[in-house]
Amino acid sequence: MDWGALHTILGGVNKHSTSIGKIWLTVLFIFRIMILVVAAEKVWGDEQDDFVCNTLQPGCKNVCYDHFFPISHIRLWALQLIFVSTPALLVAMHVAYRRHEKKRQFRKGDQKCDFKDIEEIRKQRFRIEGSLWWTYTSSIFFRLIFEAVFMYAFYFMYDGFRMPRLMKCNAWPCPNTVDCFVSRPTEKTVFTIFMIAVSSICILLNVAELCYLLTKFFLRRSKKAGNLKQQPNHENKEETKQNEMNELISDSCQNTVIGFSS
Amino acid sequence: MSWAFLRDLLSGVNKYSTGIGRIWVAVVFIFHLLVYVAAAENIWKHEHDEFECNIKQPGCENVCFDHFFPVSHIRLWALQLIVVSTPSLLVVFHVAYRENREKHHNQKLYKNPGMIDGGLLCTYLISLILKTGLEIVFLVMFYKLYNGFKIPRLVKCDIKPCPNTVDCFISKPTEKMIFLCFLVATSCLCIVLNLGELSYLVFKYSIKYYLKRHVKKQQ
Repeated sequence: MDWGALHTILGGVNKHSTSIGKIWLTVLFIFRIMILVVAAEKVWGDEQDDFVCNTLQPGCKNVCYDHFFPISHIRLWALQLIFVSTPALLVAMHVAYRRHEKKRQFRKGDQKCDFKDIEEIRKQRFRIEGSLWWTYTSSIFFRLIFEAVFMYAFYFMYDGFRMPRLMKCNAWPCPNTVDCFVSRPTEKTVFTIFMIAVSSICILLNVAELCYLLTKFFLRRSKKAGNLKQQPNHENKEETKQNEMNELISDSCQNTVIGFSS
Repeated sequence: MSWAFLRDLLSGVNKYSTGIGRIWVAVVFIFHLLVYVAAAENIWKHEHDEFECNIKQPGCENVCFDHFFPVSHIRLWALQLIVVSTPSLLVVFHVAYRENREKHHNQKLYKNPGMIDGGLLCTYLISLILKTGLEIVFLVMFYKLYNGFKIPRLVKCDIKPCPNTVDCFISKPTEKMIFLCFLVATSCLCIVLNLGELSYLVFKYSIKYYLKRHVKKQQ
């Protein structure tokens, strides 16, 4: 079980996403998850072993490390990626539910269902409209919120996005103020800025996707409203034609009846 | 043999679950298993090496670590994952038994061997009760073994061969506590989902049963 399993789950959602959604998914997997697994984990791998404090007092290093890194950058990113990927599951569940309903219709032999076999239902791509539109839009909205919350948590916990070389610590049992040195601060700063930049790009993509969906929704509504306005005149013409036909038929019937009776 | 085995197992279970059951599988996969593998394992990786006591006496650190961590949090977490996923196998076995029976008798005995009714409903309900019970047991175990869900920075140890009371410092206590709270929250969510599914099934099948009886009486 690893990020590959998440890739399998989200890959299924990809089929029913918009183009911007597909780009977002690609950015997520290549520039965030892959970078995390292949590079970032190794940079933070030896973080506590190489965190050195200028004291021989046992326990001082542990306490200072815990004080300055309540939760490691790498763990925070892993949690962020997990939380940000989760809303896509809502869409996957909705699609699975729709497929299940179509399969049920097909099995009952419903004439409304126009699929030849179950394989076609499985491969069908659902359009983002109706209730699926609401699910999809909510999932993007939650994604945005999670991204923003995690970026803020990062900024708040580490006082910005820079990793300092030196930290001064005077938590007990350190006897006085002690100098502690972080391992690979520049490399960590570079990766932090990279991850923040990619998070920002993901936020922009999500905002763009949200705007696109809302625009599509309002355009569709105005089209429907326009169609409805034209239809009443059309219906009236048809109604009058039908009325004329009915009159002709009833007249001819009356004539025949009269003819028979006489 | 790795976590992929558990993942495949749970995917198989997914086929015969209700909607709430599928949400439970997703929660276990993502918030329990994936967080464990991707994040939590690495926090507890060097817990023994990084456990430091303010003493040079050989053996003192080992003995103190063993006293305060009889079973490491991360091992309990892994055990919990395995044990809590196992009752779902009862359902898979029952469905396999039904399919085997059909093959043996060479005729269709059930409308759909995977549909939750009759004996399979009982098995499903038992698996739900077991899952809930085991989650609660593990939560209580965590609470009792470690005196709550807090991980202290400092523990005082005076077991032989430590000469006097010695200060011992745990590594990354805050990070460990955050993930422990995350685990407890996920377990509680799983318990709620299981209880919800149990109530839903009991309610649904009671209504079905009473309606059937009512129709029979009318006839």
